[in-house]
Amino acid sequence: MIQDIDIKDLKRITDLVYAKHGYDFRNYAMSSFKRRMLRILEVWGLNIESLLNKLADSTIFIDDFLDEMTVNVTEMFRDPGFWRLLREEIIPGVMLNNKQFKIWHAGCSSGEEVISMNIMLHEMGVKENVKIFATDLDKSILDRARSATYSLKNMETNEKNYVRFQGKTALKDYYTEENGRAVMKKDLLSNVVFQKHDLVLGEAFAKFDLVLCRNVMIYFNQALQNEVLKKFHGSLNKYGYLAIGAKESMIWCDYANRFIVVNQEERIFKKIRD
Amino acid sequence: MTRYSLHNGFKAVVIGGSAGSFQGIIKILSQLPADFPLPIIMALHRLKHVRHGFVEALSIKSKLKIAEPDDKESIKRGSVYLAPANYHMSVELGNYFSLSTEMMLNNSRPAIDITLSSAAYAYKTKLIGILLSGANKDGGLGMKSIHDRGGVTIVQTPAECMIDTMPKAALSLTKIDYTLGIDQIIDFLKELYHQYK
Repeated sequence: MIQDIDIKDLKRITDLVYAKHGYDFRNYAMSSFKRRMLRILEVWGLNIESLLNKLADSTIFIDDFLDEMTVNVTEMFRDPGFWRLLREEIIPGVMLNNKQFKIWHAGCSSGEEVISMNIMLHEMGVKENVKIFATDLDKSILDRARSATYSLKNMETNEKNYVRFQGKTALKDYYTEENGRAVMKKDLLSNVVFQKHDLVLGEAFAKFDLVLCRNVMIYFNQALQNEVLKKFHGSLNKYGYLAIGAKESMIWCDYANRFIVVNQEERIFKKIRD
Repeated sequence: MTRYSLHNGFKAVVIGGSAGSFQGIIKILSQLPADFPLPIIMALHRLKHVRHGFVEALSIKSKLKIAEPDDKESIKRGSVYLAPANYHMSVELGNYFSLSTEMMLNNSRPAIDITLSSAAYAYKTKLIGILLSGANKDGGLGMKSIHDRGGVTIVQTPAECMIDTMPKAALSLTKIDYTLGIDQIIDFLKELYHQYK
């Protein structure tokens, strides 16, 4: 097993992936990026040179590479207090301005957060007024999100979170068990468009009233976080809300002063200046 | 005063602990002076969904300020940092933290191996790693990283541990410089403190 990768070799890989395939990992946070690269080498039984060869040749391989390099660990109703705050303050706040509104889940991964949002909106009786865009860099994870099918083991954590969220019913009312998997009810995604989008190189593509990007930017370095925050700013209507992860910070970003803190504990911000 | 042949070139102390380590950590923190010269970085196994209360519990008897860092927060001397619930915590080159929600390692998030190994990479010979009581092998490979990069390794004496799986795992994986009880670990850190006076 390879214990460590030289920074120079990491750079060779990110440079090749950028030049050949148009994905930019050059500004990812180093420690977690290196760990995932070590994992790829181990799982696929490659060394640096054979990985570089494979990446130089194959166009199919890049999708597997992206799937391994992006972190796809998430939960429904992760941080139940955050979801309670959305239900009790943020969504009602959005609806003061617009009865119809749009939400962007940036870096939606396997879709747990999208499902959580729609369960919450459904229980609030406003789901049909909301249009949701859910995007990710990783094509195969978007397919998994569209299938809305999860392992029963993960549903235990999700159910516990839902109970702490104090939902109206039980989470099992929203899925059926098929072949040992939890299949979410189809109409839970009726207002959702899943779409491939690259936060790093892609442009802002619409205006939203609420953007969620929780525990995604932690994989970027500060320079990249700064750039991505500008895109979120450009993607929000004035007085729109931005939610980031509970331990993420943007106070040092260029655009931080165009937002006010709505809730520091749950890291929810409101755009107040263009 | 040279039992441990210490110098004043260290950059950080990193501590890992799990089941049975809480009382020991409270005791260590209660004995350290408010002007302890190095950052203390702690990865302790904890409940995933309980975000609050741990820092407060550790702070009761500590003269040092304890905090759960935000992502990309700078590491400062004289501060104690605790890996937040449900996040892995890494040390980056450039002396700051990064957090991640990657899959659990050794059934743990935060995983001690991740904090220790990343700190070993960032600080190399200038790191002291301490591994306390615990019920799984998390931290063993992290201690090996610290040793392999020339840092100092300490485990709590297995006989003193409520559960000795964790220090024993480290002892079987790598060379441990000192096997010490909690009181001796406190002496060690105080002696280190005097190197900086």
